[in-house]
Amino acid sequence: MKYADEFRDPVLAKALFARIEELAAKTGATKKKPLNFMEVCGGHTHSIFRYGLENLLPDCIDLIHGPGCPVCVLPMGIVDDCVEIAQNPNVIFTTYGDAMRVPGSKGSLLAAKSEGADVRMVYSPLDALELARRNPDEEVVFFGLGFETTMPSSAFTILEAEAEGIENFSLFCNHITIIPTIKAILDSPDMRIDGFIGPGHVSMVIGQAPYEFIAERYNRPLVVAGFEPLDILQTIVMLLEQIIDGRAEIENQYSRVVPDGGNDNALGALAKVFELREFFEWRGLGSLDHSGVRMRPEYASFDAEIKYKTQNLKIADPKSCQCGEVLKGVIKPWECKLFGDVCNPENPVGALMVSSEGSCSAYYQYAGVRSKALRVEAKIAAS
Amino acid sequence: MCLGIPGKIVEITDETRKLAMVEISGVRRQVNVACILKEGEPLSSLIGEWSLIHVGFAMSRINEEEAAETLKVLIMLGEAQEEIRAMRESAVQL
Ligand code: SF4
Repeated sequence: MKYADEFRDPVLAKALFARIEELAAKTGATKKKPLNFMEVCGGHTHSIFRYGLENLLPDCIDLIHGPGCPVCVLPMGIVDDCVEIAQNPNVIFTTYGDAMRVPGSKGSLLAAKSEGADVRMVYSPLDALELARRNPDEEVVFFGLGFETTMPSSAFTILEAEAEGIENFSLFCNHITIIPTIKAILDSPDMRIDGFIGPGHVSMVIGQAPYEFIAERYNRPLVVAGFEPLDILQTIVMLLEQIIDGRAEIENQYSRVVPDGGNDNALGALAKVFELREFFEWRGLGSLDHSGVRMRPEYASFDAEIKYKTQNLKIADPKSCQCGEVLKGVIKPWECKLFGDVCNPENPVGALMVSSEGSCSAYYQYAGVRSKALRVEAKIAAS
Repeated sequence: MCLGIPGKIVEITDETRKLAMVEISGVRRQVNVACILKEGEPLSSLIGEWSLIHVGFAMSRINEEEAAETLKVLIMLGEAQEEIRAMRESAVQL
């Protein structure tokens, strides 16, 4: 077990792997008909690759890497809108570092910056607000993205801007919500998920109740999981136990951080500032109903979408790019024709190659050699 | 950006804006603590507490031991270094 000595508790890790072997055998799953568990969150994807968990699990368990990396699902049209706002002469455009390199149809924010737009990386929306305080003659726009984990920070920042009457600050709100996304995956005709490794930090905000429909209506288990490799292994044990018992329940493996009811203060701020959009366009997944939020009309003066009349143009991904199929778990990253040679972390074509939480970049970084071999195998099999 | 990093609250810096200074792997940074404050609880009671810090906001209280373990894993994943770099390289600091 090559990586086992890296685990916090190698003895426990070994015991968990053994338990997984034992339980998996009981389910009757095979390499040809494996159990498919989807980790929804990019943080989990990163951990899984970093610790080589995929290779250590029995081959009757397949991990499907879901759409939970917010940077990875950003459509090109939104990046184009960002660039357009940033090109306004009196705008200081701010965002998280992760968003700077996502390719739009006319290049990334980083490219816009090198061409003279005032684009600045900030660690927190609070820093963007501070920039607005320090530059009263300029307009500071913060590009807010991410699921419910980062959504409260945008909401609280807007509430702060309102309380202080800071008028030269606005939010370009492109936050997305997890539940409709999971629902879309469950409704997809090529759905083949047997259980979910539930997002840890999103759940810290929303709690567990919103997932109930997954168990009740779709009869699939979901276990909210922490990010340590041991957490993920423990979660897989819990999923297998449910499957063997014929149960489909929402369980919480990560109770040391995730309270069952979520975070009331954060939820309160979200409800105040945001409302659901009718639909939101995702890279690779298309338009999903109610999957994004916008700012309530009461906060229109802080809404960059209104201030800058953004176009919200739909821009198709490059034809050869297969991010959508990878996101839905239909193909593995190395099966995309662009993987590696044309599309790599230095020159990302698709967004899944941009962030370390994107499954293509994770494969490239941690499983590069192996995935190249798999690609050759797949090509031979197809010919 | 989504994994966050554990930090220890060492000082309350702004009562009205609910800001506190946290120490994250030796780096100091001001964060908003509105999310982890229980109703009626004075801000000062947060001093000495550990919390997961996400993009400048304390999001969930954790115990010290958890914090240490989480930090170890984040360092291994390279995430801790990323977070600290993002804090240091932020265009402006609160
Ligand atoms: S290799 Fe690049 S283009 Fe292909 S799916 Fe991955 S990110 Fe998208």
